[in-house]
Amino acid sequence: MKIEEQGSSVVEGESGLSRRRFLQGLSAGGALLGAAGWIQPTWARQDSTLTKGGTAQVLSGTEFNLTIAETPVNFTGAPRMATTVNDSLPAPTLRWREDDTVTIRVTNRMNRSTSIHWHGMLVPYQMDGVPGISYTGIAPGETFTYRFKVRQSGTYWYHSHTGFQEQTGLYGSIIIEPRGGDRHHVDRDHIVQLSDWTDEDPWTVFAKLKKDADYYNFIRPTVGDFIHDVSTEGLSSAIAKRRMWNRMRMNPSDLADISGYTYTYLMNGATPAGNWTGLFAAGERVRLRFINSATQSFFDIRIPGLSLSVVQTDGQNVEPVSVDEFRIGPGETYDVLVVPKDDAYTILAQSMDRSGYARGTLATHAGLTAEVPALDPPQWLSMVDMMGAMAQGGAMAGMGHGGQKMSGGMAMNAAPARHAATEYGPSVDMRVDYPRSNLDDPGVGLRNNGRRVLTYADLHTVGGPLDRREGEREIELHLTGNMERYTWSLDGLEFGQSTPVHFRAGERLRIILVNDTMMIHPMHLHGMWQELQSPEGHFQVRKHTISVQPAQRVTILVSADALGRWAWHCHLLYHMMAGMFREVVVA
Amino acid sequence: MKRLAKVLNKGHIGMVGVVFLAAAGWSAAWAQDDMQAAMGDMNMDGTSTVHGPASASPAVRDPHAYADGYDFGPIPRPHFADERSFTSLLMDRLEWVHTSDANSTAYDLQAWYGRDYNHAVIKAEGDVDSGKLQEARTELLWGHAVASFWDMQLGMRYDSGVDPGRGWLTFGFQGTAPYWFEIDAAAYVRNSGHSALRVSADYELLFTQRLILQPRFEANLYGKEDAARALGAGLSDLTVGMRLRYEIRREFAPYVGIEWVGQFGGTADYARAAGYPAKETRYVAGLRFWF
Repeated sequence: MKIEEQGSSVVEGESGLSRRRFLQGLSAGGALLGAAGWIQPTWARQDSTLTKGGTAQVLSGTEFNLTIAETPVNFTGAPRMATTVNDSLPAPTLRWREDDTVTIRVTNRMNRSTSIHWHGMLVPYQMDGVPGISYTGIAPGETFTYRFKVRQSGTYWYHSHTGFQEQTGLYGSIIIEPRGGDRHHVDRDHIVQLSDWTDEDPWTVFAKLKKDADYYNFIRPTVGDFIHDVSTEGLSSAIAKRRMWNRMRMNPSDLADISGYTYTYLMNGATPAGNWTGLFAAGERVRLRFINSATQSFFDIRIPGLSLSVVQTDGQNVEPVSVDEFRIGPGETYDVLVVPKDDAYTILAQSMDRSGYARGTLATHAGLTAEVPALDPPQWLSMVDMMGAMAQGGAMAGMGHGGQKMSGGMAMNAAPARHAATEYGPSVDMRVDYPRSNLDDPGVGLRNNGRRVLTYADLHTVGGPLDRREGEREIELHLTGNMERYTWSLDGLEFGQSTPVHFRAGERLRIILVNDTMMIHPMHLHGMWQELQSPEGHFQVRKHTISVQPAQRVTILVSADALGRWAWHCHLLYHMMAGMFREVVVA
Repeated sequence: MKRLAKVLNKGHIGMVGVVFLAAAGWSAAWAQDDMQAAMGDMNMDGTSTVHGPASASPAVRDPHAYADGYDFGPIPRPHFADERSFTSLLMDRLEWVHTSDANSTAYDLQAWYGRDYNHAVIKAEGDVDSGKLQEARTELLWGHAVASFWDMQLGMRYDSGVDPGRGWLTFGFQGTAPYWFEIDAAAYVRNSGHSALRVSADYELLFTQRLILQPRFEANLYGKEDAARALGAGLSDLTVGMRLRYEIRREFAPYVGIEWVGQFGGTADYARAAGYPAKETRYVAGLRFWF
């Protein structure tokens, strides 16, 4: 099939990105596709509508054989080795059925250890796939057999939990058919799996960040920005805007540790120029299963011309809510229904720092494209991201006496943070004494952008909480770090300094997460659902990965019903690898 | 400046020590409290106390209390990068120096090896003229993080070059002060009762994401005269300069710059006696690189 001229999709010279990066690397996923025999299930046939690049094979049934190996890929014009499953990047899509018992034999054909973790799946802890916690990993040449009953349905994914293998390509999607049939009838069903790719060795990337935390940041404030602000806002405003940040040695443009300077953003394994395309027929209702498998990138997703009806997050059905745009953190999933009428639409997934994007097309025919909008300009972090509740609602009188009405009309409970003793040292560069707790902030870069943007306050899991108990016991954990040292921790302690967190078997636990940093952290608890509460203390949404905004405090209820040892960590891979990680013992 | 030099001329090791300890104490306290102070300052309506230190200390948690006595299981626990060592070498200045009467080459590097909060540090700075090392300072230090933005550094310094060598013990701080000033300050003593103080500061001004102006300041003070190395007591020299670099890559940046160097007190006298100017302007061109 002929692909139309894609000149309109090329952004030249923005943020250090070259035309070359977008024009090359068209074929990795596609070229790999033919390498392995694959099963085309009858009930998945509607999925086989991809035109070029990034088509993962679809495996279904109850018995699976996955082989992990190193496979050459080429996304940027330079060949590199990727970590793949069955020679595919993304790894094959696994289609399961609720209540089936599945057996997955994973063979390691590399010369180093590996693992697979089933992200968001409720499995016995020995099947959870975290080396050093669930098991010892899968040694070279070894086959590990996972076997567990599928106790849930929806969109999930899987990835390596070893080293940086998730960065080098080991991630795939999981679709689980609900036993009672799907809540929403759709005519088409497409997976949209987002990721970030670098040609660099991830350890090199990590080491660079240790030496220069701003290495990949090309949106730092400049003299030119200052002059611009002086001319538009006046000198005092321009100074005031910078004073706090500079005094605190914080960078308001610190939106992403790693940017499009090294990253190529992929959609189903295809580069923006590769233009993954999902087909539909006019008038059809299409389900798009967005999965953020990026290691370090938040994406802001929209499909210009289409209203997005969000019906599921993290595999859990939510009351449908219509939005124009939503932000997805690493580890999260969102299912969205659309009813396209025109011939072609662009699926745009901008990285949060606006240094690049993943892009694909929904079209009635392969080869059609729609206009790719220009990247939004990056926005600076705001005072709310630094100060939390202190920056909300103006006058501070009465703060610390509990709830108060904020200027935006939000009832806000300005509960003081209880910092750990270990937060008063070199591992922590910022503490928020009065974090914000509202959930209706779309976050930096999406505020007041003229579009209807999803927030956690819009999400209501169908059927309410799984456990009606209130929290019996409280655990407060602070998300901490030191950007200049590039250290990331919980309660100021990296994993190597930490002790496990004990959940008492059977208890209903109230977990308070306070983000004492200026970055968003997608916090992922293995083995148990996290039921996010509204600021007023009502059940909000059930998720496996909850993105906690800068200077935000969230309350999560967890039922400690999964005996064993589990991982609990920030799903930004480089933060996890820096030690922003805890072991949980349920006993 | 002359007055300052004169005052300092009278000082001995005790004097330098007092000045340094005051500076060190001040910066450590600053490091601990400036965050709180800054946060408090935020509210321009005069409610800064809300965020003050009072709210920070009383309710501190014990982060290990959640363990309830549980330890890691029988499977060897994971090890992440916080338990891994990294290596860095920054050649901050490798430059050709032109003055009205001479050309020379200068270097200034810092290397470290270690984990997040403890490093072995090497600092080396010197001038080479006519293929000969004229003056050099080399330090081998243990760097220990003591506050969010500050490392304490302890170790040894050795001065070499054409003049007789000198060994010192080093006690210093290096880090980032509010408003992004990079500070490197150290006090030195050696067995003969000699003392020294060295302070440098630099700043980065971004014209673009790659074109960066770096003003730099350095001062050296000595507690006692050292005739063999032509150093007077008190303020010995001051350097103020700026370098404009272009980061072709973050790790590789050519630059040009200008620097004004003044020598003071006894050191200036020694310089003049030897036929050198006590003050001079230097034009530099060089490379900044790291890996």
